[in-house]
Amino acid sequence: MVKRVQLAKILATALVLGWPAASIAQPASGKISVVTSYAKDLTDPIKKAFEAANPGVTLDVQNRNTHAGVKFLEETKSNNQVDLFWASAPDAFEALKAKSLLQKYKPKATGIPEKIGQFPINNPDGYYFGFAASGYGIMWNERYVKANKLPDPKEWQDLAAPIYYDHVAMAAPSRSGTTHLTIETILQGEGWNKGWATLREVSGNFREVTERSFGVPDAVNSGQVGYGIVIDFFAFSSQATGFPVKFVYPSVTAIVPANIGIVANAPNKAGAEAFIEFLLSPAGQVLLFDPGIRRLPVNPSVYDKAPAGYVNPFKDPRLNSMVKFDVKKSEGRGEVVDALYDQTVTFQLADLKQTKKAIDAAAAAVAKKPNPKAEAALKEARSLMEAMPITEEQASSPEIVGAFAGGKKKQKGARQAELEQQWASFAKDHNAQARAKADEALKLAK
Amino acid sequence: MTAIGLHNNRRGTFVSRVFTGATWGQVSVALLILAFLLAFLVWPVATVVWVAFTEKGSGVFTLANFVDFFRTDLFIRSFWNSLYVSGMAVVGASMLAMPLAYFTSRFTFRGAGLIQILGFLPLIMPPFVGAVALQLFFGRNGTVNLLLDDWFSFKLGFMEGLNGVIFVQSIHYFPFILINLSAALRNVDRSMEEAAQNLGSYGFRLFRRIVFPLALPGYVAGASLVFVKVFDDLATPLLLNVKDMLAPQAYLRVTSIGITDPMGYVISVVLIVASVVSMWVSSLATRNIDYATTQRGGGGIAKRKLRPLEMALAYALLTFIILLVLAPHVGLLLLSFATIWSFSPLPDGYTVAHYARVFGESSIYIKNTLLYASLAGVIDIVIGTAISYLVLRTKLVGVRGLDLLASAALAIPGVVLGIGYLRAFYGIPLWDGTPLASLWIVIVLALAIRRLPYALRACYAALQQISASLEEAAENLGATKASTVRRIVVPLMTGGLVAGFITSFATAAVELSATLMLVQANQDAPLAYGLYVFMQSAAGRGPGAALGVIAVVIVALSTVASQYVIERDRRAKGGSNSND
Repeated sequence: MVKRVQLAKILATALVLGWPAASIAQPASGKISVVTSYAKDLTDPIKKAFEAANPGVTLDVQNRNTHAGVKFLEETKSNNQVDLFWASAPDAFEALKAKSLLQKYKPKATGIPEKIGQFPINNPDGYYFGFAASGYGIMWNERYVKANKLPDPKEWQDLAAPIYYDHVAMAAPSRSGTTHLTIETILQGEGWNKGWATLREVSGNFREVTERSFGVPDAVNSGQVGYGIVIDFFAFSSQATGFPVKFVYPSVTAIVPANIGIVANAPNKAGAEAFIEFLLSPAGQVLLFDPGIRRLPVNPSVYDKAPAGYVNPFKDPRLNSMVKFDVKKSEGRGEVVDALYDQTVTFQLADLKQTKKAIDAAAAAVAKKPNPKAEAALKEARSLMEAMPITEEQASSPEIVGAFAGGKKKQKGARQAELEQQWASFAKDHNAQARAKADEALKLAK
Repeated sequence: MTAIGLHNNRRGTFVSRVFTGATWGQVSVALLILAFLLAFLVWPVATVVWVAFTEKGSGVFTLANFVDFFRTDLFIRSFWNSLYVSGMAVVGASMLAMPLAYFTSRFTFRGAGLIQILGFLPLIMPPFVGAVALQLFFGRNGTVNLLLDDWFSFKLGFMEGLNGVIFVQSIHYFPFILINLSAALRNVDRSMEEAAQNLGSYGFRLFRRIVFPLALPGYVAGASLVFVKVFDDLATPLLLNVKDMLAPQAYLRVTSIGITDPMGYVISVVLIVASVVSMWVSSLATRNIDYATTQRGGGGIAKRKLRPLEMALAYALLTFIILLVLAPHVGLLLLSFATIWSFSPLPDGYTVAHYARVFGESSIYIKNTLLYASLAGVIDIVIGTAISYLVLRTKLVGVRGLDLLASAALAIPGVVLGIGYLRAFYGIPLWDGTPLASLWIVIVLALAIRRLPYALRACYAALQQISASLEEAAENLGATKASTVRRIVVPLMTGGLVAGFITSFATAAVELSATLMLVQANQDAPLAYGLYVFMQSAAGRGPGAALGVIAVVIVALSTVASQYVIERDRRAKGGSNSND
């Protein structure tokens, strides 16, 4: 037995070392490798059309969520085998650019304007390019809403109403680039304090905070949750598949491009450039109308071929009056905002929900029997619940940003874990105080 | 020279103790295994764990991160939640497994074989889809609750918070207890039972005081596996959106906050330590007791017939358990045929379009899955048998450490191992420039290492039940150690080997966490990865479910086929020498 085991080990070792010889028959050129966060529904039709237009070329698509994709490129940069990075969130591209993981290119495609809405389509330095645009909004399941007799929402603040308690879902901004942008849009549109107040009130109505973007439309599609804060194409593609869902754009939202960039030291640079040209050409842009994709093309001229009722961001006034989005600011404080949200909401959801419930109950009682003392207590309770541990300036300050970024030099000030614990206990304490005040208001109003 | 002392207590110098009772063959096997484990387990994990002990950014050694861990409410809460959920999952899994094991091994039972096979199925559930399917049935607006709400106006919170995780995990992991306990019960010698009966014991008391204690190694093996696996599992809590448990916290930090964040690695270290401690505690429970029986009567305990009322009750209980256990698979099947399933007890309509879409694209995934899982299973039982033999039959110094090291692989979260492999092996280029980590063999090794503890426990439990005196008898008749192992020990261990191979194979076929980090080209991707990609879009639920069904069917067929072959072989070899 022992001898057999040894023999088996020797054979196995030989096999392992000899196997690569067989699998090294790699196609020379003609294989373009893409790391993307997009689902098959988007990549398959585009891949098919691209390969049909360019015979002899294969597009190898590897699917990873945005964060994992960025990490993967970092880990493998010493011997990069990936040509393109293809994802939604501009933040991820900024992060890659900062680490010198992208290379410059000047696309030859014409007809693409400078901006869409208020947002520049391409990176001014030429490292990544927008090929489609999307906006954010609220989607809901018609059957669920009917069964629970709930109203249709129009704005973000609507979702804070007591009637929506335990019916809403959103992805955690730390896990979803697009949700992160939604949160930043609210913060930049309404201001730091008011924006966080809205977020906390709305989050108090959450049933769950999911850990992947698609978790939200998935939950709404299957009826596990009633309302979801999502990017528009999730809702459109669900509708195209046949799910009974509806969607609305609130007035405070941003249209943001989805991007593609060439990775530094790409093995097949020519192939990567060809793919980008294809995406930006009318032939590629028209593919975005496909029911499984439903993105907004960046080339205004292809909207002539759009299906009926398709929203046109270049003409629709709603989508053009939106917030001016400051990408640099967003990227600078990105990790801080994510951690703030996680520590004060995601990981304390039960606590926050209890607090919201208490405040809503007190508000209902006070509405029935108005009472100045009770109203004052209620107001205080609300501001306690909505309070944030740091100000906007602190969120962009070098000490705090440095704690999260892990710079080379020894940082002064608190470590990331310490900051997180501080913020978490801040939220917990304030929630407890808010509940106490709300109970006080309830008693006064009786 | 005397026969190698298997119950030898000689003392002496260190060198003489190391080399007494061990042949060169055994020492070289031990060293080979050590090298394997060091290269493919210790080193990748070390590259990752090192971050836990360094200050962020500067790389200076520090313990401050661990201090932070213990001061953070969220992490402490997660730790207790994980312990609680794991313990309760063991209880739940035992409640499901023990009736099945008891009835099928104790009584002549029509359909006993079927039940044993059905008992494997929960293992073969790709992590994603299991929870999705259960949500469809038992979620807040799932089938059961919608019907309850319609008829009786109330809902049950099966899947709320920690209870949901316990529910799903009990159903998902109870086969570990079932397989190991059944194998152990089958190996209990009939003569022990008869001796007890001669002394006046019978019925349940006989089972409780004689049969079950003899099968205890199997139960403890299964229970400790369930505990550690649940403690370490992240797919289920994540999908149920339970984030305040240790494994999800580690995963979330490592994959979202980033590579420079030490806290994810600190949590990984805590996970590893906790798992190793619990495995050690379970090994203490069975260490000093001799479970081997001398006579190999074969055939296990005697089977009896049930009275009609007992039969009816037994069937009712077993049907309920089986229905519960098969719920995720039924849900998956329905989803794969469903057009739209939204806020209703059953889908709106049915179609075969999803299967059509999937068949064209999935042959490469199927081939890869079979290849990877089989290789991983073979590697595991070879190494598992070798380590068990070294631990139980030799007195080599440090061999228990080898056992612990191999078992520690259980405690490594898949994502940590994946990142570790990338870090450790990507920088090593092969002769033509492609990085070592991009070879599919690295995926196989990751699968094998993570499954090694299961196979090891199964082989260990099987070997524990074989008395050493059988081998001494063979050697007295002139057989060498090698041929004794080949012709006596391994055939007697067959049941345990099969159990080990099946658990390795089945769980490797549907593993996702390490795979997700290591897959680098579509042609290397296994089924679980293809499934994950499908489930990222609305139109992909149906095809994703169809792929899941295909995965379950393939793995089920393979395990049934392998079990059939082994059983037939075993009956041909050993069934005839019963003692009457």
